[in-house]
Amino acid sequence: MGAVLMAVLGHNPWEAFTGLVAGSAGTAHDLATTVRKTSPFVLTGLSVALAMKAGLFNIGAAGQFLMGSVGAVWVGIQFEGLPVWFHLPLALAAGIGSGSAWGAIPGWLKVSTGAHEVITTVMLNYVAALFAGWTVFAGSTLSTTRPGPLWDPTAGPVSVSPDVLASARIPWILGPSLRIHWGIALALLAALLVWWLMERTRIGFELKTVGAKPLAARYAGMRCGWTTVLAMTWAGGLAGLAGAIETLGVHHKFAPEFGGGVGFESIAIALLGQGYPLGIVLAALLFAVLDAGASKMQFDSGVPSDIIQVIQTLILIFATAPALATWLLNRVSRTQRAAAAAPGLRA
Amino acid sequence: MAVVTQSTARFAAGLSLLLLAGAFLVEYAPFADIQPIRMLFGENVLNFALRAAVPLILGALGGILCERSGIVNIGIEGMMLAGAFAAFVAKNATNHWALGPSLLLGTCATLLTGAAMGLLHALFCLRFGMDQIISGASLILLSMGISATFFDENTVAVGKLAPWPVPLLSAWPVIGPLLFHKPPITYVALLAVAVVGFALAHTRWGLRTRAIGEHPRAADTAGVAVLRLQYLNTTLGGALAGLGGGYLVLEAVGQFQEGMIAGRGFIALAAVIFGNWHPVGALGASLLFGYAQAVHNELLLAQAPFLPRHFVSMIPYVVTVIAVAGLAGRVRAPGSLGQPYLRETEA
Amino acid sequence: MNAAPLAEQIGLRHQSAGNRRNMPYPVLEVRGVTKHFPGVVANRNIDLDLFPGEILAVLGENGAGKSTLMNIICGLHPPTSGSIRVGGRRLECRSPRDAIAAGIAMVHQHFQLVSSMTVLENIVLGAETTRRGILDPATDERGVDELCRRFGGQLDINPQAVIDDLPMAMRLRVEIVKALYRGARILILDEPTAVLTPQETGSLFQLLRGLRNQGTAIIFITHKLREVLDVADRIAVLRQGEVVGHTRPGATTEQAMATMMVGRAPSLTVPKVPGVPGPPMLQVDNLTVHRNDGTTAVDRISFEVHQGEILGLAGGQDNGQTELIGALTGLRPVSSGTVRLNGHDTTHASARRIGREGGTGHIPEDRHTHGMVEGFSVAQNLVLNLCNRPPFTRWGLLRLEAIRAHARRKAAAFDIRATSLEQPLGSLSAGNQQKLVVAREMRDGLPLLIASQPTRGVDVGSVEFIHHQIVQQRNAGQAVLLASYDLDEILALADRIAVMFKGRLIGLSPAAQVDRNRLGLLMAGIPA
Repeated sequence: MGAVLMAVLGHNPWEAFTGLVAGSAGTAHDLATTVRKTSPFVLTGLSVALAMKAGLFNIGAAGQFLMGSVGAVWVGIQFEGLPVWFHLPLALAAGIGSGSAWGAIPGWLKVSTGAHEVITTVMLNYVAALFAGWTVFAGSTLSTTRPGPLWDPTAGPVSVSPDVLASARIPWILGPSLRIHWGIALALLAALLVWWLMERTRIGFELKTVGAKPLAARYAGMRCGWTTVLAMTWAGGLAGLAGAIETLGVHHKFAPEFGGGVGFESIAIALLGQGYPLGIVLAALLFAVLDAGASKMQFDSGVPSDIIQVIQTLILIFATAPALATWLLNRVSRTQRAAAAAPGLRA
Repeated sequence: MAVVTQSTARFAAGLSLLLLAGAFLVEYAPFADIQPIRMLFGENVLNFALRAAVPLILGALGGILCERSGIVNIGIEGMMLAGAFAAFVAKNATNHWALGPSLLLGTCATLLTGAAMGLLHALFCLRFGMDQIISGASLILLSMGISATFFDENTVAVGKLAPWPVPLLSAWPVIGPLLFHKPPITYVALLAVAVVGFALAHTRWGLRTRAIGEHPRAADTAGVAVLRLQYLNTTLGGALAGLGGGYLVLEAVGQFQEGMIAGRGFIALAAVIFGNWHPVGALGASLLFGYAQAVHNELLLAQAPFLPRHFVSMIPYVVTVIAVAGLAGRVRAPGSLGQPYLRETEA
Repeated sequence: MNAAPLAEQIGLRHQSAGNRRNMPYPVLEVRGVTKHFPGVVANRNIDLDLFPGEILAVLGENGAGKSTLMNIICGLHPPTSGSIRVGGRRLECRSPRDAIAAGIAMVHQHFQLVSSMTVLENIVLGAETTRRGILDPATDERGVDELCRRFGGQLDINPQAVIDDLPMAMRLRVEIVKALYRGARILILDEPTAVLTPQETGSLFQLLRGLRNQGTAIIFITHKLREVLDVADRIAVLRQGEVVGHTRPGATTEQAMATMMVGRAPSLTVPKVPGVPGPPMLQVDNLTVHRNDGTTAVDRISFEVHQGEILGLAGGQDNGQTELIGALTGLRPVSSGTVRLNGHDTTHASARRIGREGGTGHIPEDRHTHGMVEGFSVAQNLVLNLCNRPPFTRWGLLRLEAIRAHARRKAAAFDIRATSLEQPLGSLSAGNQQKLVVAREMRDGLPLLIASQPTRGVDVGSVEFIHHQIVQQRNAGQAVLLASYDLDEILALADRIAVMFKGRLIGLSPAAQVDRNRLGLLMAGIPA
């Protein structure tokens, strides 16, 4: 269907497709890009999926991601002289912690006031983006506003944080040239952990019950409110970890524009993975392939890379509305049958 | 229900009166020169509040039509974005026309595109069995992807809708310039509130719409064509929400930018809830949120030194969260909201 | 909408069942109707005739396919095959709209009323009068008034009342007016008496006879044998989706109908030896509970349930049973008064604490909303409220082996028929689902069992089984609080009986001293 879309736009779908594949796996370097892009997708996808299991629609992964980034950088740029084994986990934990806290807010609001999480999480995304922007704000000559606390004074008018200390950076897997870092391992570990949590622990069982039928959970003596807050906290933590990994593993500093790229994709990934951790890993890989290949595709065939977003959405639509795919297939086969019958009629 | 509706309507009336009273004070009272009072009740801030409220009003009306029919609509943001982009494309393609027809075409394009988005939502939810929240999310993704793919940053639309002063009324002090010296879509939005509010209460369409939103099976067994009405209302709602987006391009800004909706669709959804799914209530909520934006704007212009601009910019979002959270138990959603009506289930 | 004298519309006057033979044309013919749902055949090749001016009782146990057949007739479900003719003309029924146009109206078991709207709005919905596009409630109200007046007090309603505020009997009346307002010639009532007291049932039957005498053809669906003998002119019995026989009230007995309905001779009574009540297990003193909207649901109630006895709690819907049981099980806050369970004060204990202290088994009123999760497996549902205690969990981890073993044991003991313990519960029949809930709540060593509507909507076999189990629990020394809207159930099981009326507990007395009639009066708030 992506091909149809591109053909309609007047581009050569095959050229675009080869560009896409080449861009995501053509060289070792491209492959590395794909792998690098996979980990935030896995983690934010898990974040959305975990909340969904508890009956919550977490549109706030983007905000939690940003808060996680800020938290991780805040720890990562200070405490010179700490050993790696202590500084790096500390920075990651700071990311998880600030993401969790940010996720807990809409959970708590929902439980205590009934405010719908769809609205609160989206609003908090904007608040988080503004807050994160402020932390590294370079100040303004127009006003007396002071620069943000994490701003790097050596960067002049650019709003960016100082570099993360070497002791808080996630190490590369195969040397610095490929730029693959151990974040992917963390992401896969998180997927495993979420699976174990949901399938093997009591709290996972309670969480699923609350999500499937809150009244039954209440009847069974489960603490619905507490479980809701907990689910949102964990969801926020996963997204926050994604943010921490991106800053500590890839950028090594924080600038407001680094938040881009995780937002609504995470919802698509969670839904495409049917809420199962393994499915989410695969869906995240697919999205990473599309994402990594997009720029190469634009370069090779002139198809704008933004079209990937349309394709991702179409994938989501077809995955969540099976009836649509069946209907389309029926239409196509009917048209084909009609086409096959037409010559006979004419004869 | 009736009591709640009254209270939200009273809130809307109260807020409007308070702001108007403030405006008269600023105009005539001796202490009008006090800067904070001018900032809170001056003509500027109130004009801006209404300007900011119009897209929220239209978006919220779109949401109300959809949700009073029982279909959750978190896709208002997407409908508005599609409407805005369509308006821009149509306007831009006819830059060489006279301004009037070009703007008219833009308005038609925005209405049609919004309606198409509404119809798509209805199709996804009613025909292809997609979850209503997911369908809403995919509408947002789809319009984000499409507008990003096709938007050419180098193009510039020329001209926008100018105010149409109402004869006589616009000469009134304070009220005249505030309410009767506006571009046409603003009038349309205010009129639409009255029309939808009246129609819901006093027409056959309204009675049936209320019934299908509360208890579709009861309506079905009474001979109401539930699905047809749901399609109709969702499509109409999409057109209204689309116009809310088109307003930004055709009347407020005159240009299109990626991300220009900036959460307005979700704030409109918050207005639906805050207004208890009633048009007049939603008007009040939209005015409140619009006013929050206007105050934010004034504070930015005043360059308050004590507060970084990032925190000032959080005001509209934080006000939305507080509004939604402050409502525990005081609003009541339509009875069947979010549950797809399937005729062929037992009991 | 024309609600002119119905008999004249169909060219009939005072046609009673007796001279039906002079009038050989049925108003409704069902021919060979079959209905498949995914995995089930709900109706198989059904033939049915309905003549003007008769009351046809369609009898069958829960799950026999009665409601499905009626939903087909009234246009909600399309049949898989077969046809329906009305007045000799084939009915192409794609929606209830078409059925209404053909003169068919149905009063559904779950009333199809929009509870936040007024009586008038509900009656005219879909058949509104408008003037220049604007609703004209005054004209509508005159039409409804006129219609009601024709029945001389039997159908009096207040058009401006909001449905939410009306008792069940009144809602039924609204449903009937709604049907007649649409000019129904064929009126279908699906288990209308489930929410009525015996006295209210009596006046409903009087109304139905009146309608019949005016020429309306009525289908009356029920599984209560006594009612069939009382009101029907003709009886059709459904079993497992098929019509298994026709009969007439004069030509049959309750026992014969029961046999036809179930396919074997069921025991109509529960074997029960006199109980040996022990010390009080549950002591409720001056309990007051409020609803969410602040109104009083339970009003200063005091009672005790002793070891080894079943206390039956009768009463119509919305009289406070639901809230009382919510308060006793920790799901609803207590406003004042005390609750003592086995000597411990549990007035303000949460559901979690009551459960953790192993205090109460609770069969909830509606298994679908509270008692089960359809998407979870049989095994998971069997530990739904036990998953936080050993042996099913240790250090926060689920012990899958213990959960499976428990499921195997319970499924065998309670005859839960599932292909696998991993099967989602939603795919089991109603009877098996309810047996699962009962199995989970009947645990050894519990001082108290609260059973609320324990057999609602399940087949006769399961009813017998569940009744038997409840009596066994009582024989084993458990205290049982049984709440039911079904008087027969209360009379069959309870050792002592009380009635809840508008939040008060009235007429608490030993079962031997009360009969149906007295209970019916108590349920209407008339102390005898």
